[in-house]
Amino acid sequence: MFSEASNFVKGVDDSLVVILGISIFFLVGITAVMIYFVIRYSRKRNPIATNIEHNSKLEILWTVIPTILVVVMFYYGWAGFTPMRNVPKDAMVVKAHGQMWAWSFEYENGSYSENLIVPLNKPVKLELSSKDVLHSLYIPAYRIKEDVVPGKANYMWFIPQKEGSYDILCAEYCGERHSYMLSKLEVYSQDKYDDWYANELGVSRDHPGLALLKQNACISCHSTDGSAIIGPTFKGLWERTEIVMTDGVEREITVDRDYIRKSLNEPNADITKGFNPGLMISYATTVSDEDMDQIIEYLKTLK
Amino acid sequence: MSESLSTDLNFFQVKKGIISWLFSLDHKRIGLMYLYAIISFFLVGVTLGLLMRLELIAPGETIMKAKTYNQTFTLHGVIMIFLFIIPSIPAIFGNFFLPIMLGTDDVALPKLNLLSWWLYVIGALFALSTLVFGDGPADTGWTFYAPYSVQTNTNVTMSVMAAFILGFSSILTGLNFIVTIHRLRAPGMGWFQMPLFAWSLYATSWIQLLATPIIGITLLMIVAERAFGVGLFDPAIGGDPILYQHLFWIYSHPAVYIMALPAMGIISEIIPTFAKRSIFGYKAIAYSSMAIAFVGYFVWGHHMFTSGMSGSARIIFSVLTFMVAIPTAIKVFNWVATMYKGSIDLQPPMLYAMAFIFQFMIGGLTGLVLAALAADIHLHDTYFVVGHFHYVMFGGTGFAMFGGMHYWFPKIWGRMYNIKIAKFAFALLVLGFNMLYFPMLILGLMGMPRRYYDYLPQFTDLNVLSTVGSWILAIGLITMLVNLINGMRKGAPAGRNPWGSISLEWQTKSPPPLENFDKQPELNEGGPYNYKN
Ligand code: HEM
Ligand SMILES: [Cu+2]
Ligand SMILES: [Cu+2]
Repeated sequence: MFSEASNFVKGVDDSLVVILGISIFFLVGITAVMIYFVIRYSRKRNPIATNIEHNSKLEILWTVIPTILVVVMFYYGWAGFTPMRNVPKDAMVVKAHGQMWAWSFEYENGSYSENLIVPLNKPVKLELSSKDVLHSLYIPAYRIKEDVVPGKANYMWFIPQKEGSYDILCAEYCGERHSYMLSKLEVYSQDKYDDWYANELGVSRDHPGLALLKQNACISCHSTDGSAIIGPTFKGLWERTEIVMTDGVEREITVDRDYIRKSLNEPNADITKGFNPGLMISYATTVSDEDMDQIIEYLKTLK
Repeated sequence: MSESLSTDLNFFQVKKGIISWLFSLDHKRIGLMYLYAIISFFLVGVTLGLLMRLELIAPGETIMKAKTYNQTFTLHGVIMIFLFIIPSIPAIFGNFFLPIMLGTDDVALPKLNLLSWWLYVIGALFALSTLVFGDGPADTGWTFYAPYSVQTNTNVTMSVMAAFILGFSSILTGLNFIVTIHRLRAPGMGWFQMPLFAWSLYATSWIQLLATPIIGITLLMIVAERAFGVGLFDPAIGGDPILYQHLFWIYSHPAVYIMALPAMGIISEIIPTFAKRSIFGYKAIAYSSMAIAFVGYFVWGHHMFTSGMSGSARIIFSVLTFMVAIPTAIKVFNWVATMYKGSIDLQPPMLYAMAFIFQFMIGGLTGLVLAALAADIHLHDTYFVVGHFHYVMFGGTGFAMFGGMHYWFPKIWGRMYNIKIAKFAFALLVLGFNMLYFPMLILGLMGMPRRYYDYLPQFTDLNVLSTVGSWILAIGLITMLVNLINGMRKGAPAGRNPWGSISLEWQTKSPPPLENFDKQPELNEGGPYNYKN
């Protein structure tokens, strides 16, 4: 029925076509005139120049025409933008959480998904929130982005008009792995979506501990395979002996339940040797003790 | 000046030795010291840019790690903005030529002038010290957006202090030029007999003076927040990150005109000289400089269209941004009209002026795309923006500076460079430049975000093209610089007025004597561009 991926593609593309069209016309036109003058009035062809100070008619013309054109450009920009701020009342709400360096999407039933999965032709409102720094949720195919600002309730909305899979990118610089803060938007038919929502959302084949690590974006910095990304790997972490820096002093610790709780509450208190402070936020309120037990059970499996 | 010196000696010859330069009060020597320092930092910035391009030639890791890449674009941005483009034309050519073009012997406040040079050097040392001291150069981007800039463990404090000090250098230069223009014009030179380069510096100086203190305070607030945990911008300790963005852009947008207006001033000098005719619309150009400087204060919000500002604020900022385009367009029309019925000699400075017009138009027109709300929602923070501002700052201001260098070169050193090689270097620069940055505009339209260490496979081809362009540009830069250095050392003597210009600086000897004129300069009858045809 529609040829565009979302309801905003047309408004944005129209404004682009109009402005780029006018721009290319002027760019080519003025450049051509300039080159023509340089050839026609070269010193060889035209040894004596003529002084012309001004020409009121011409000057009025080239003030008025650009003024009209920028009004037209403004109009297209405004017309394509205004609907982006008017969310329909019946929109389905999904909470989009941005966190260094992963997206997670929380549905009305409280379950999380790594990818944003939505039904075709239904308005969707994303309520944006960040736990740490600025991010920006960008869906190029839909022509929309909005900054995800900690402490501020920003939103965006759209109607998916075509089934398929689209890139979600982070467009606001957010630190080391900014360019890896990617996700997917999947548009399903209504039936497929209902099925997914009822049977698959929140039901993960993952170990419940791993599901929590994903949901809290832990694994965007701590690998499970032994490689060092930003922080120490989780592989073999449980009961490992490590050298950490505490207030500038080295000491040896063994990773146990207390140490993990402390690392979650005050991530910068002890820094494993070879890693940098200031990169992990506190999970004191987001990871409960029960969650932590699940996580520890999972860590035990990573030998 | 009290010493009486023979006007047979030029300003290079009056005194020798490094100390006579470092503590010189002569505006010409200070201008040249800025030139050498600024070109050096430009080359450092270019090297960092080339390294980034090399990293981006293929997806995945090519030559550096993600964190290094992030520090590289931050240092590149800081150097290019604060050490290169903001000081460039005013500090080099403004210092050297403003007093001469006004027919006087120095700027109004020579000691202040020397102080601002020293502040520049100290600020530069601060910026570069992050390479060796502390936890490495900042990795925040040159915008230092909070709260990341408050949280990261890299050496943000030092970089921010550098920008703070450099700000003072800029303020003092602006102040000095304002006083000079008000007080030291040659007898008989009214405001509308001033060269347009002086007009553009006048408009620029007001921005430097009034807008720079805001960034100074804002950056100090970042330091306070990092050092003492004062909750200003980080919501985790009660601050507001959007407030930071407002404060930052209240300066940094007007700063765009600190970069652009002096460049426009150079173009307004070059074109009449090589077309041998009066400039079209002198007053329109002068007034539009002032209009741009004024309206430019009220458009900062266009950098924040996706930050969650209210809809009506977004609309107002969009309207105002479109308004700045009008005086800018008028200038372009005036320059092109000045070529009509001229007698045009296509010397290297004129070629640079033409490249400026072409590339600056692309910069300006892509700016209109970004000013439109709907289009900006899609393009904000993508490579379209990276392409756009390089077209404005590098393709525009950078090329105008190169044009100014080729234009005033014979006056400064009294010798001429090789014209053929200069034209060849110019061709390489235009080709390389456009090949480097045009693909970025398309990458942005395709949706590639900026500040990306790694990218999705669909963006590969255009990134390769862009990187190859960067190599051509580099060869062009080397050719240009080698040619100029050779000309400086062994070029043929150029005489007083090789281009046949009627502007005052061409009446004195090349290089000029310490007191600028060996004989009383004569104002041209009927205005600074009234060629006798
Ligand atoms: C050979 C010359 C140059 C090359 C190859 C180059 C390359 C680049 C690249 C690839 C980026 C984008 C980095 C990213 O977003 O990931 C960039 C950013 C930037 N460039 Fe350049 N550039 C050059 C010259 C200049 C000049 C002359 C200026 C200013 C007059 C400039 C100012 C900037 C600024 C302000 C940024 C933004 C940094 C940031 O995002 O914080 N560049 N440059
Ligand atoms: Cu990001
Ligand atoms: Cu701006």
